[in-house]
Parts: sequence; structure tokens; C-alpha cells
Amino acid sequence: MSTSFDSALSLGTNNKPWIKAINYCLWVLIIVVFAGPLVAIIVGAFSTNRDPSSLSLIPQQPSLENFSTALDRSVMLYLGNSLVVVGIGLLFQMLVSVFAAYALARKKFRGRGIAMLLVLATLMLPEEILAIPLSRVLSDVPFIGVNLINTLAGMIVPVIAWGFSILVMTEFMKEVPMELEEAAKIDGAGELRTFFSVILPTCTPALGVIGVFGFTMIWDQYLLPLIVASDSNMFTLPLALRSLRADPEVGLGVVLVGATLALLPSVIAFLCFQKSFMRGLASGAVKG
Amino acid sequence: MFKFIPMGEAVMTSFQNVRPFLGNQWVGLDNYNALVSSDDFQGAVWHTLLLGVGQTAGSLLLGFVLALLLEGQAKRLWFVRSAAFLPVVAPMAVIAEVWRIIYHPTGDGIANQVLSWIALEPSQWINSPDSSLISVMLVGIWRGAPYDMIIIVAGLVSVDKSLYEASALDGAGPLRRILYVTLPALRPVIAILLTLAAIRGMRVFTEVFLLTNGGPNGSSEVVMTLIYKLGFERNQLGIAAAGSVLLFAATVALTLLIQLSRRRKA
Repeated sequence: MSTSFDSALSLGTNNKPWIKAINYCLWVLIIVVFAGPLVAIIVGAFSTNRDPSSLSLIPQQPSLENFSTALDRSVMLYLGNSLVVVGIGLLFQMLVSVFAAYALARKKFRGRGIAMLLVLATLMLPEEILAIPLSRVLSDVPFIGVNLINTLAGMIVPVIAWGFSILVMTEFMKEVPMELEEAAKIDGAGELRTFFSVILPTCTPALGVIGVFGFTMIWDQYLLPLIVASDSNMFTLPLALRSLRADPEVGLGVVLVGATLALLPSVIAFLCFQKSFMRGLASGAVKG
Repeated sequence: MFKFIPMGEAVMTSFQNVRPFLGNQWVGLDNYNALVSSDDFQGAVWHTLLLGVGQTAGSLLLGFVLALLLEGQAKRLWFVRSAAFLPVVAPMAVIAEVWRIIYHPTGDGIANQVLSWIALEPSQWINSPDSSLISVMLVGIWRGAPYDMIIIVAGLVSVDKSLYEASALDGAGPLRRILYVTLPALRPVIAILLTLAAIRGMRVFTEVFLLTNGGPNGSSEVVMTLIYKLGFERNQLGIAAAGSVLLFAATVALTLLIQLSRRRKA
């Protein structure tokens, strides 16, 4: 009998049937505890169940009734707001990250150390702490003097620069060999040309990582839309859930429709990029 | 720009009595005095600490157990890990709504049914001052544990596998292998997780705001929900800004402290 120890508990390599059985039971339990409530949201959105205390993994009386009620409650408007914020916000966030990272990783300029420090400092300044002053700044943007309160732009502008994705991108760009750039220069490519056709394509894996992280981060925003949207027309989907729940005329099912719509995009984004997502998370933490 | 200007603004505002249309008044440290001496603030600081410590310890412990159970490269382990990871990517607002349903305070609420399986009385969960903070903490642990799990699993890769074999030859059971081989190897990973969790714990907002909104009776009020209320509901912007500045100072102090202690060890 040879036992090799892959792990402290040596579960994966143990061949005794009863240990295997316990293992499978534990896995099912883990899936039910962690994924169960989220599956129940989706199932509940399709059931005509009015009992406020029950959630079920098995659909009861499946119907689309909740969805049509949800449409009357302008769920589409909230979804639209959310999509606009995440779409434009993410596009600009990725652009800013890529250019900032390019400068930080590959250019030598005065004050680079300070610039890097400022980026790191923004990581220590989360939205939560800034909420109050941020709302005042947004109501009268310095130098331009426009009021962004109650506009989607007010939710987009603050998420554009995100220290986390700048750092991830910078780390990645440092690894791209300088020879590539020099070769392009010898071939007569200009600065921008080199950037777009040489540097950027080599960064595709990192783009995936910052894309999916950025998406989850913007989609999960709560406090920022809360202070910016003073009118329910500007609500994003997460904000709308609270007012849907407080509405006495709609049942639990309609809240669950909203929750499903808010849940699915981040779950899909995660499932598509799960390997790079989890690896990005893990390598960042273990390295640092 | 949208980080540093607000920060400057916060410091300015915190020394002023903000009066709409009348212009602001310089009041020195009055806002800080009013805030720090108020019972609300002291309670909120205490709740924030309790919640932060409880959530951090709970998710770390649960995450470690999950990581031990789900370590490995097999396809089905990837599947279980991904499924367990879903709470981390789900928007907090969605999680809060589903847990409000789970915590339904009648006997047929889901959480109460689970209690009844192990022969316990139904609880009021988020509706009672006695259990509101713990209920919020449980949600935090549920959402934090899979995150910790993934990072611990990544850390486990670096554990020298031959040490397991060696310790088994010396007659060590699984518990001893974990204590003497796994845990020492994971020390740096655990340090990072503690740092991240401590900083996250100080600025907890959305889950408290949506689950209990600080209630009932202020039993789960945390610093951020208090600041939000002061600033946006009671319109005491100066005092709220003072709170933001204090919270920021605490975050920086904590980060530096952890950095220092890590550097000293290295």
C-alpha cells in the first residue's frame, strides 16, 4: 500500500470507500450552503410564491408573472442605468489603467516614485470613507463647476481611476521584455503604434483580469450610487432592490426578479473568467 | 482627483459648522469633541470592532477548513470551489436581500428551521437587539470564508509535500500534520488575509445598512452607517466629516502598524 500525501488531510488520494462517501457529502453540503441561497433567488424569480419567508431550490408553480410585474415597476430602467454605468465606467477604467501602467512600468520620468506612491495611497482611500466629502465635490466639480449629483456621470467619474487595476497592469507590463519595443522602434513604428500593436496585445491576459475585477467592483457599487442618485429615475439595480422590497404592492417574487438581474451578470462574468479571476486574486495576495 | 480633493474637503469641513446659505463657520475641534463624546459614536466604534474581529476570525477559520477539504487540482474540486466562491462575486445588495428572507423571524423562516433541526428555539435574528450584530456577522463570515479559502488554497501549493510524508512516518495524525506543517507554512498568507480583513472591517457599510440599518435601537450601528446618517439624514456635515477623517486616520494607522510588524519579523 502506498499513500502519497497531496494534502494535510490526504483526502484526494485516500481510496477507502467510506472516506470517499463522506467527502462527497461534504462537497454537496458546501455547495448547498454557499451557492444554494443564490440559486434560490433565481428559482424564486420564476415562481408565483407569495410567502415572504420561503425560498426553495425547486420551482413551485413556475411562471413569468413576476417578470411582467417587474417590467411595470421599471426594472428595465434600473438595469439600463446599471449597464450604462458599468459599460462606460469599465471602458474608461481599463483605458486609464492601461495608459497609467504603461507610463509607470516602461517610462522613466521625474516623479515616477511619487506617482506610484499616489496610486498606492488611493488604495487606502476607499469610497466608504470619502462618501460625505465626495458628495459635496460631485455637487460642484472643481475647475469645471458642474453638478453631477443625480446624473449617471456622477457614478461613472469616481470609478474611472482604480488603483487596484493600475497596479495589476503595471506589474504585468514590467514583465514584457524591452527588446519587443526596441524591435518595433527599429521597424519604424511610432510610440502610439508600438503601444497598440506590440505592447497591448501581449497584455491580453492581464486585460481579462482587470476587466473582470473592474466589472465586479463597479457592478457591486452601492454607497456611491446611493449618494449620487437622489431621484429614483437614476437608481441602479442594487439600489432599486431596496425600494422594491419596501413597496407594499409588489411581492417577494418581483424583488427576486430584480435580484436575479443584478446577480446574473457578475456570476456570468466570474464563470467565464474564473480561472484567471481566482489566479489573479491568489497570486496578488500570496506574492504581496 | 476624486479621491484627494474629497479628502482635503473632508479635513476642511471637519473644522467647520456647515450652514447652508449662511456660509460656514470655523469651529476648531468642536466637531471632533461632539463626535467622540457622543454615546452613539462610542457604541458604533465598539460594534465595528466586534463585527470586524468576529467576521475576520470566523471567515479565516471556516476558510481554512474549506481549503483543507477542497485542496487539489482535480476537476471536481475546481467545480466545488467555484460554486462555493459565488457569494464573493455576488453584489452585496443581492446578498442582503436573500439573507433578509433567510432570517425571516417566524418559525418557518429558513434560518429558524435550521435551528429547529438542532433543537433550538427560533430566533428573531436581525429584528432583535440581542442577535442583530451576530446575524450580520454570520452573513459576513458566509461571504468572507470562500475568499479566504481561495487564497489559502493558493498558499497551500507552496507547502512542501514531503514534509507530510515525513511527519506521517513519525506517526503524526492529520491534526498534528495541520498544526506543525500546514499552519507554519501558511503564516505569511494568513498575515495578508488579516490585514485585508482588518481594513475591510473598519469601513463595513452596505451589509449593515441593508440588513439592519444600525437597528434595532442602535444595536448594530457601525461607524460608517453612523457617518452616513449624520451626513445625509441629520445634515450634520461637519461632524460627519470629522468622523470620516478619524476613520481615515485609523485605517492609515492600522496599515502602517501591520506593515511595521511585518517588516520587523522579516
